[in-house]
Amino acid sequence: MDLPQKPSRRTLLKGAAALAATPVTGFPAVHAAEPVTLRYLGTAVNQSADIARKVKEDLGLTIEYIPVVTDEVTKRAVTQPNSFDLIDTEYFSLKKILPAGNLQGMDAKRIKLADKISSVFTKGEVAGKKIGDQGTAPRKVFYLEGQDSKKFAGEQTGWISLIPTVYNADTLGIRPDLIKIPVTSWKELLNPAFKGKASILNIPSIGIMDAAMVVEATGDYTYGDKGNMTKPEIDRTIKVLIEAKRAGQFRAFWQDFNESVNLMASGETVIQSMWSPAVTKVRAQGVPCTYQPLKEGYRAWASGFGIPKTLSGRKLDAAYDFINWFLSGWAGAYLNRQGYYSAVLETAQANMQPYEWAFWMEGKAAEKDILGPDGTLIEKAGATRDGGSFDARMGAVACWNAVMDENTYMVRKWNEFIAA
Amino acid sequence: MTDLALPAAAPAAQTASPAASPRRRRRALAYLQAAPLALVFLVFLVVPLVLTGIVSLWEYNEYEIIPALTLQNYADVFDGCLSADLCTTVRTYLSTVKFVVLTLAITLPLGFAIAYFLAFHIRSGTVRMGLFLLCTIPFWTSNVIRMISWIPLLGRNGLVNDTLRTLGLIRAPIDGLLYSDFAVVLAFVHLDTVFMIVPIFNSLARIDRRLIEAARDGGASGAQILWNVILPLAKPGIAIGTIFVTTLVMGDFVTVGVMGGQQIASVGKVIQVQMSYLQFPAAAANAVVLLAAVLLMILGLTRMIDLRREL
Repeated sequence: MDLPQKPSRRTLLKGAAALAATPVTGFPAVHAAEPVTLRYLGTAVNQSADIARKVKEDLGLTIEYIPVVTDEVTKRAVTQPNSFDLIDTEYFSLKKILPAGNLQGMDAKRIKLADKISSVFTKGEVAGKKIGDQGTAPRKVFYLEGQDSKKFAGEQTGWISLIPTVYNADTLGIRPDLIKIPVTSWKELLNPAFKGKASILNIPSIGIMDAAMVVEATGDYTYGDKGNMTKPEIDRTIKVLIEAKRAGQFRAFWQDFNESVNLMASGETVIQSMWSPAVTKVRAQGVPCTYQPLKEGYRAWASGFGIPKTLSGRKLDAAYDFINWFLSGWAGAYLNRQGYYSAVLETAQANMQPYEWAFWMEGKAAEKDILGPDGTLIEKAGATRDGGSFDARMGAVACWNAVMDENTYMVRKWNEFIAA
Repeated sequence: MTDLALPAAAPAAQTASPAASPRRRRRALAYLQAAPLALVFLVFLVVPLVLTGIVSLWEYNEYEIIPALTLQNYADVFDGCLSADLCTTVRTYLSTVKFVVLTLAITLPLGFAIAYFLAFHIRSGTVRMGLFLLCTIPFWTSNVIRMISWIPLLGRNGLVNDTLRTLGLIRAPIDGLLYSDFAVVLAFVHLDTVFMIVPIFNSLARIDRRLIEAARDGGASGAQILWNVILPLAKPGIAIGTIFVTTLVMGDFVTVGVMGGQQIASVGKVIQVQMSYLQFPAAAANAVVLLAAVLLMILGLTRMIDLRREL
C-alpha cells in the first residue's frame, strides 16, 4: 500500500499552515500535534491510497487500511471488535453486527453534514419519489434507538448506525460484442442462448437475490420480499438455480471483484451479475462491456462508516474528524468518478467539474473525455453513462442486498446448489 | 500424525538398562525428551480439536454462539441423508473423494517414477540433489499463484485453445479445459506430486543396493525386481505420500474453487461458506465429520501397511 511516509516536523507545520489556509475549515488542528493512526477495516474496493494521502495532507491523520472481503469485515466486527478503529461495512451486515453490541451509535450532532446525507438513506426516497424497500434497505437500519442501543429505530433519531461511504445500484454486465440479442430483462441471465457463458456471484446472500430477480422477471412467481424469503421461497429459487446449473448454463461463479473482471474480459462469460466499477475496469482494458439497465430495476447496496464501541478519546475525535472530512467533498468526488455514489451529493458536486457532474450524475453525454480518479481514460467525449442519471438509477432500485431471517437455511440450500 | 510421533519415544524407553533406578531415570529422561513435541501437539492439535468438538455441539444464531448442548448441527449435516435421494453432504463427499482418487491415480505413478529415476538412475549425488531441488522450485511461489497461472493457458480463448485452433485441430474452443474436473485434477497433480516424490524417494534411497544385485544375480528380470523387491520396500514412502495427498485434497477448497469456477462442491468449501456466515458451530460439525472421514481413510491405509514396523 502506498501510504505517505511519516511526516517530519516541517511538513507537519506546513500541513497545518496549508490546512489553515484551505477553505475546508473547522477541523481541529490538534492532530498535527501528535499524529493519530486510524485502523480502517473494510473491503479493498473502498480503500484507496489517494484518499489516505489526501486525508494525511488535510488532517494529519494516518489511515491504516485493513483490506478484507465483505464476509470477513462482518466476522471481524463480531469476533474482534478491538482490531480496528473505523469500520466500512455494508448496511445489510448490520443485522449481524449490531446485535453483537460492538458498534456505537454515531451522534448526528457531531456529523456536520448529517442533514445533507442523501435522502436514499434518511427517507428511502430519490427526488421525492419512494424507492424499492425490499431486503435490508438502508432506511430501515439507518437510525438507532440510542447510542448503546442494539435496536434499529426505523425513524429519525439523533443516533446513526453507519454514515454512508458509497452506494450503487447493481445490474447485469454484458459483452455487447458477443451478445446478438437485446438484453432488457433479468431473465436473460438464464436464457439458454447464453448456455455455458453466464455467471452469478458465489456470495449466497447476493447470488440468491439475483436469482430471485430472474424468477420474478420470468413471471413465475412474485416474492413478498426478495431480501427476506420464506423457506418455500428459498427452495423455489434454489430449484431454479439447480436446474440452470445442471443444464450447463453457468461457466463459473465469482466471488471477488477481480474474478468478475477476468471472467468478462477474457470472454469466458458474456452475461453475469456485476458491479459498476468492475464494468468500468473491463472497459479500461479495451474490452466492450455494458452495465445493462433492466426493466425490473436494480439490486442496490450501500456501505458506510461505523465506530466500534471501544473507541474513545482522541481516536474517537479523529474518527469523527475523518468522517466529516470524508463527507466534505474531495472523497465524494473521488468516488463519484469511479462510478459509485457518495453520501453528500452537494459537496461532491462542488469538487467536480460541471462536465464530470453532468456525465456521472445527470446522465448527460460527456462534453470532454472522462478520466478516472487515477487519470486513466474511462469514456471518450460523447459517451453517456449506462443507466442514466442518479435519479433514474437509484429511483429504479427494486431491492437491497440483505441478510434474511432464514439465513442459515439459505446457506444450507446454497451449498446444495453448489453440490448439485 | 500422532502415530508417527510415538516411535520416537518408544525405542528410547526400550533401551533402558535393567537396573531399577538408572532405568527410571532414563525413563524420565525419555519422557522429558518427548515433552516438547508432546506439548506442541497438545497446544496446537489436541486443544483446537477438542474446542472444535465442543463448539460443534453448541447452538448459534447470526451473531453469537450459545453454549447449550445440541445435536442439531450434526442433524443439519446429515439432513435428508436417509431418503433415497443423495443428500448434500453425501454428494459433497463423493465429489471430494472422486478428486482424491483421481489425484492419487496420477500422482502416485508419477511421483514413483520421478523418485525412482532420481534414486536409481542418477549416479552422482550432487546431480541428484540438484534435480531434487528442482522439484521443489514450484514451491517458491504461492499455491494460488501457481493455480491462477493455469487460467490464461486453459481459458476459452487461452493459449492451448488458440494454438489448437491455429493448427486447425479444432474449430470451436474446448470449454472443458478450464472450470472443470479436468482443471481441478490438473492443478492438484501440479501442486501435490512433490508430496509423493519426497517420501517415496526417501524410501527408495534407503534400499540396500545389494538386495537388487542379489535379485539380479538370482535371475530376476527388471520388472520382477521392481515388483518383488523395490515396491515392497518403498511401501512406507508410498503410504506416507498417499496420506499427504489424501489429506491435502480432502481439506482443499481453494484449488477446487479457483480451477472449478466455484461450481464444484468440496467439503472445505462448505466449511468456508459457513465460517463466512458466522455459522461456526455448523462449520465445526462439518469439520468433525471431515476429520472422522480422513481418519477412517488413513486407518484403512495403515491397515494395509504397518507404518511403525516399516519405518
